[in-house]
Amino acid sequence: MADHASTQIDNATLWGGKISPFSTSYGKLMMWFFLVSDALTFGGLLIAYGFTRHDAQDAWPIGEETFNSLPFLGHGYPLIYVALMTFILIVSSVTMVLAVEAGHRMDKKGVLKWMVATIIGGFFFVGSQAWEWYHFIHGSEFGKVELSDGSRAIVKGHFGEIKNFTVVTAGHHHKKGEVITDDLMHIFQHAVVAGDVENGMITLHDGTVAKINKEKDHDMKLIIKESGAIYKLQKKKQTIIEGTKAEKMYWEAINSGTANRVIYGANLQANEYGPVQYGQFFFFITGFHGFHVFSGVIINILIFLGVARGTNHKRGHYEMVEKTGLYWHFVDLVWVFVFTFFYLV
Amino acid sequence: MLRDDCIEYSLDTHHDEEHGKKLRAKIWKVTALLTIITAVEVFCGAFIKQSSDYWQLTKWFFIILTLVKAGYIVLSFMHLGDEKKSLKYMILVPYFIFILYLIFILLVEATAVDKALKLYIG
Repeated sequence: MADHASTQIDNATLWGGKISPFSTSYGKLMMWFFLVSDALTFGGLLIAYGFTRHDAQDAWPIGEETFNSLPFLGHGYPLIYVALMTFILIVSSVTMVLAVEAGHRMDKKGVLKWMVATIIGGFFFVGSQAWEWYHFIHGSEFGKVELSDGSRAIVKGHFGEIKNFTVVTAGHHHKKGEVITDDLMHIFQHAVVAGDVENGMITLHDGTVAKINKEKDHDMKLIIKESGAIYKLQKKKQTIIEGTKAEKMYWEAINSGTANRVIYGANLQANEYGPVQYGQFFFFITGFHGFHVFSGVIINILIFLGVARGTNHKRGHYEMVEKTGLYWHFVDLVWVFVFTFFYLV
Repeated sequence: MLRDDCIEYSLDTHHDEEHGKKLRAKIWKVTALLTIITAVEVFCGAFIKQSSDYWQLTKWFFIILTLVKAGYIVLSFMHLGDEKKSLKYMILVPYFIFILYLIFILLVEATAVDKALKLYIG
């Protein structure tokens, strides 16, 4: 392919005008220029990320600790989900390349078929990212906890299910002896953050005090992320508290009745995974990339409609598909780097 | 199609069915390779902990694999490998220079800032 690009042209003709020295059309060249500049933007973001991370050193979260969930299956699958997303994007890049190849043979049906596949892949990726954001924002069942010595730790393990709240002191909406079973986890986490949980009792918004009935946690592990008076963040080695000691310390913090000792999930001000910049970079980098994917899908749909109407066929070539293809591959290319530097390393 | 002031290059990329077959075979080969690389990365990421002695090595392994992946995407999927040399290097060379420069700056600056923070803030 690209026969013209490989033909020898003497220098006088090549640089003397009326011919592209690069033997490529104006549109394609401009797409490349755009991609080069866009790549610099992403390069800048990833470099800034690296800079911040290098400064934060060991407090920085580890990818396989933060991203270890799968839809429907719960926790304990480090990086599998992101790998799946990467795979989806690579496959959709492949279908795009096949659409371009079909275009070179003037095979309209082939172009349409592969473009549909590409668009579906794109939607899958955007959807996956939405799920991941949802999960990232809501966080784990345990959250990040401030221990009694002032250190902060992330928590791994199995969270015993909350059965119900049994009302001990009546409030506005609940009578004494009533058993509350709705939306327990949500209410519980809010109360913990507000400091409304004390000695196994939860105080609800309406003044109701209830006893928390909950199954026991197991395999709990506290991984220190910020140094305190006793437990220190070490260089290269994790400080981990395990077993009943971990459970005791965790529940001591929950039951202290002090606000803000536990952080659940993430926003731009705080997150349970690590330094605040971690959350900010996560939202910005994956968000910016997600936005690229989304616009890529939209552009693909527009080109698809054009192809379906026969515009490109009449024109005698499918270069438009090639140009959107370049953009789409670029999005995949950026993700390859994000995947490595944000999730793996 | 052929105008005096601008030359159409869009038709140069056309090829026949037979040539297409070869190209498709190549595409699927690259796909398999990219998938395998991703699987290897995840496997290493899941089993080699950051506290491990091999982590530094693993990190470089990841970076090399990423560059291999990126190379295949750019040169094969984006067809940059088929373009004229002048175009290819016009796009690639600035990156090699620029990225190396940025990484150098990043490491030097971040280390300096880290030291300064430790010195003045503690």
